Amino acid sequence: MLGPNGAGKTTSISLMIGLRQPTAGAVRLFGLPPTDRRARSRCGVMLQESGTTAVLTVRELVDLFRTYYPAPLPAERAISMAGLGDQAAVRVGTLSGGQRQRLYFALAICGDPDVLFLDEPTVGMDVEARRAFVASVRTLADAGKTIVFTSHYLREAEELARRIVVIDHGTVIADTSPQELKGRVPGKKITLATGRPLAPADLEGLPASVLSVAGERASLLSDEPVAVLRELFRRGVDVVDLEVTGADLEEAFLTLTRRPDAGDTPSR
Amino acid sequence: MSTPGLAPLGRTLVMQTWSEMRMRWRIPAFSVTIVALPVLFFTFFGLPYVKQTLSSGTSLGVYLLASFAAYSVGSVMVFGFGIGVATERALKVDVLMRATPLPPLVAILAKVLNAQVYALLSLVVLIVYGNVVGGIRQHSAVWITMIAWLLVGSVPFIALGFAIGYLSGPNVAPAAANLVYLPLSFASGLFMPLSQLPGFVQRLAPYLPAYHFGQLAWRAVGAAAEPLSVALAWLAGYTALFLAIALRAYRREESRKFG
Repeated sequence: MLGPNGAGKTTSISLMIGLRQPTAGAVRLFGLPPTDRRARSRCGVMLQESGTTAVLTVRELVDLFRTYYPAPLPAERAISMAGLGDQAAVRVGTLSGGQRQRLYFALAICGDPDVLFLDEPTVGMDVEARRAFVASVRTLADAGKTIVFTSHYLREAEELARRIVVIDHGTVIADTSPQELKGRVPGKKITLATGRPLAPADLEGLPASVLSVAGERASLLSDEPVAVLRELFRRGVDVVDLEVTGADLEEAFLTLTRRPDAGDTPSR
Repeated sequence: MSTPGLAPLGRTLVMQTWSEMRMRWRIPAFSVTIVALPVLFFTFFGLPYVKQTLSSGTSLGVYLLASFAAYSVGSVMVFGFGIGVATERALKVDVLMRATPLPPLVAILAKVLNAQVYALLSLVVLIVYGNVVGGIRQHSAVWITMIAWLLVGSVPFIALGFAIGYLSGPNVAPAAANLVYLPLSFASGLFMPLSQLPGFVQRLAPYLPAYHFGQLAWRAVGAAAEPLSVALAWLAGYTALFLAIALRAYRREESRKFG
């Protein structure tokens, strides 16, 4: 589940696991209300805004959580899959932010759940922790587990997901495969400044979507930045400053939300 | 107790209780204080009067040991639940626990069992101290009866702890618990016999929960001032009141956090 901050990702996850009640509609997990203990016994969750005791060790806390589930993983396995093997005997209160995040992952998987809900799981993880996390998620997915996770990094979603649901302002704006989504999001952002104010005709008909134009400055999104620039120079636009960068998610959303008719009809 | 697809609750309860006990034990600021304070108070307010007797004939030493026993159990509940619940709310431990299959009642029961074990521990330390240092001796059946009644009668103070824990944050909870519980204990005659307190306090005491809780301890040493049924009725009433306050605060937070 992909979306900028404030898109409604955490709210969606909270609804799915029954931490919040929908104002309309209903949520079912395995055909049960998500608050049902039978449903909860098959779920593992990792939340952004949650805490745990500081004075138990990693191993003790994982062992405690394991008793909540009918057929848990061996504690060593859950701990090593989370990359906390060296910290098993350490008290939770002394863990770093990234290690704490890994602890929550260990707690989420220790019950050997059929479905995992992970809310921004890689926040606070360093490069190495992230790599270990990605490997563990792949292992779990290969073992047939369903993994629902949120992210605001397009690249992370592309790397891990088979299906990406893009949401913004609580609305689904795309529900597709990573390949298809990538194809729909322009790859480059062109920012330029000109010697004289830009006329509307200067930017018309370019293979790009215009993000903003203000006086002598404009920014565009395009998959073919070279073609765009060639055309601009051919038209004799007096470019005095130029920057071409990879488009980030914020811009990707702008194009997705601006051109709803270019792809799926947004569902509301 | 085992249902397919669900963890056996008995085992969960044992592990949950054991974890609660370990957590408490590892915070000496709590575990040591809660056991040491009643002993300390008894040393200052009880030991000097061990040789005296009340007009009813009961030894003042026995009477005051029973008073501080009641104080001690109440304090384990009010401080343990008050500060514990407030801290867990602040750390958002409750959010993660809610997302697990652990039934909330099992979590609460584990906390209650843990508190009962600590209360028992603090009673044993106090009674042994009174025996060794103050030479206060009673038949062991007397102490066992007193311990049993105090543990059973502690329920309103658990409810009071929950109410404080849900109404205050972790920084306010210790002060709130002190502000409520210390004057309550004083005015109920747990620190010194009521007859030595000002007249208006003597008239107020029979309306306070700690006074009727104290009756359970004084009854065991033969110094009760009211029938058992009256004490239990008052304690039941206060349980309902504190529980209603706690539930109100809990629901308010519930709708804010999980609505």
